[in-house]
Amino acid sequence: MNLQALLLSVRLALTVALLLLVLAMPLAYWLAFTKWRGKFLLESIVALPLVLPPTVLGFYALILFGSRGTIGKLWQSLFGHPLAFTFTGLVLASLLYSLPFAVQPLITSFESLDRRLLDASSTLGASPGRTFLRIILPLSWPGLVSAFVLSFAHTLGEFGVVLMVGGNLPGITRTVSIDIYDRVQAMDYSGAHRMALLLLVISFAVLAAVYSITRRVWSPWPAR
Amino acid sequence: MHRNASTRFAQNFQFAHGRFLRPAALALLCLLAISVSASQELRVAAAADLQFAMKDLAASYEAKTKQVVTIIYGSSGNFFTQIQNGAPFDLFFSADISYPQKLIDAGLAERPTLYSYAFGRLVLWAPPDSHLNLAVKGLSALLDPQITKIAIANPEHAPYGKAAVAALQKAGLYDQVKSKFVFGENISQTAQFVQSGSAQIGLIALSLAISPAMQNGERWLVPADLHPLLEQAVVLISASKNNAAAASFLDFVKSAESKTILAKYGFTTAQISAGETKP
Repeated sequence: MNLQALLLSVRLALTVALLLLVLAMPLAYWLAFTKWRGKFLLESIVALPLVLPPTVLGFYALILFGSRGTIGKLWQSLFGHPLAFTFTGLVLASLLYSLPFAVQPLITSFESLDRRLLDASSTLGASPGRTFLRIILPLSWPGLVSAFVLSFAHTLGEFGVVLMVGGNLPGITRTVSIDIYDRVQAMDYSGAHRMALLLLVISFAVLAAVYSITRRVWSPWPAR
Repeated sequence: MHRNASTRFAQNFQFAHGRFLRPAALALLCLLAISVSASQELRVAAAADLQFAMKDLAASYEAKTKQVVTIIYGSSGNFFTQIQNGAPFDLFFSADISYPQKLIDAGLAERPTLYSYAFGRLVLWAPPDSHLNLAVKGLSALLDPQITKIAIANPEHAPYGKAAVAALQKAGLYDQVKSKFVFGENISQTAQFVQSGSAQIGLIALSLAISPAMQNGERWLVPADLHPLLEQAVVLISASKNNAAAASFLDFVKSAESKTILAKYGFTTAQISAGETKP
């Protein structure tokens, strides 16, 4: 059992899921409420990682974050090493990779809100910020939880992007999925089995949690 | 039942912070604390055919010096790309001397440290119960009708893949068998394809064919004159911040003890004369 790889994966997934919650919320809010006709363009960009092979994303990340890439060069002049092959590099690449998994549940939640509540809030003199915190956020809890859990689970299972831009460094970029790949190649099937089964169980638990929330088997919101 | 708004807000606030955010923040802090460890280990990128030999080399070295050696296995061509993009390796053990030479030419590796540590050998390998009679048939066993998949390493970037294609071309078999190829990303994956039975036969590294998981299979050593020499070389990466440790490990690799270990895993450390078929 490679606990180091598992902890690294969990740490990566948690970091990405928390950051995405913060970053995706304003984006989803804007996409849900804007009347701009061109918003389909932004929606398409956000959804791109759903259809792009991870190798495409990983390839661009390697080119951009590497020591010869624009971002990598800038990073190297600041920190003395390129952005590729670092944990931070993985976080940045994963943010892009999991973006649609955070944005889409939020948009769905925001769009399904009863607009009359929002109108009532503003006619009663609440600022948009106050309306967001007091009306939109509490009513969108299931969407928030889905966004967090789905981006967590998706990042946990990430492989192609990490393979391209990670460099397979133990404790830094060797995540569970890379570790399993390594073990299979080394013909260490029992080691691969243990890690794979663990990942399977975790993924199932996470998905069961999401579905139980969206189907309201239990609600994180106290009953009134 | 009505509650006033401020009570409800307080409850919501308490819910949000108490039950969800606080444990999440704690968990994140713990994980961040666990992760950062000392980075003084020596990082070695090793060609996949060194999968077993390098483990032994590093263990002997660590026992002597207490210096931790972290080994990352992969295809030499991929390491070449990664090092060009700034991968933080200290030493690069390639399965082919051309990649270290290209890195030196690009100013990314140190010419004086270039050292040929071994010559790799290509073998034809089939699982134990395949009755292909490799010892007698040699490469022509590939024409057996029961063979539908032949595993070779990707000749685009894996040295053993290039050697396999060259040997098949020289033996005049390439055009007859090329439609049956399955390509491993590196020589380890190629070996895994045939060891797991996904392919019935494969052209793999001798060092993997004699490893515990594969040593009871059928194998036939491909004559060294059928393909360009698999001259394997190591080089120090210029960006390494661990020069002293890397130099010390290089010295160890040049020692008689290392040569014995490499020989045990099927690597010859002296140049092979043409036509020789035994390791």
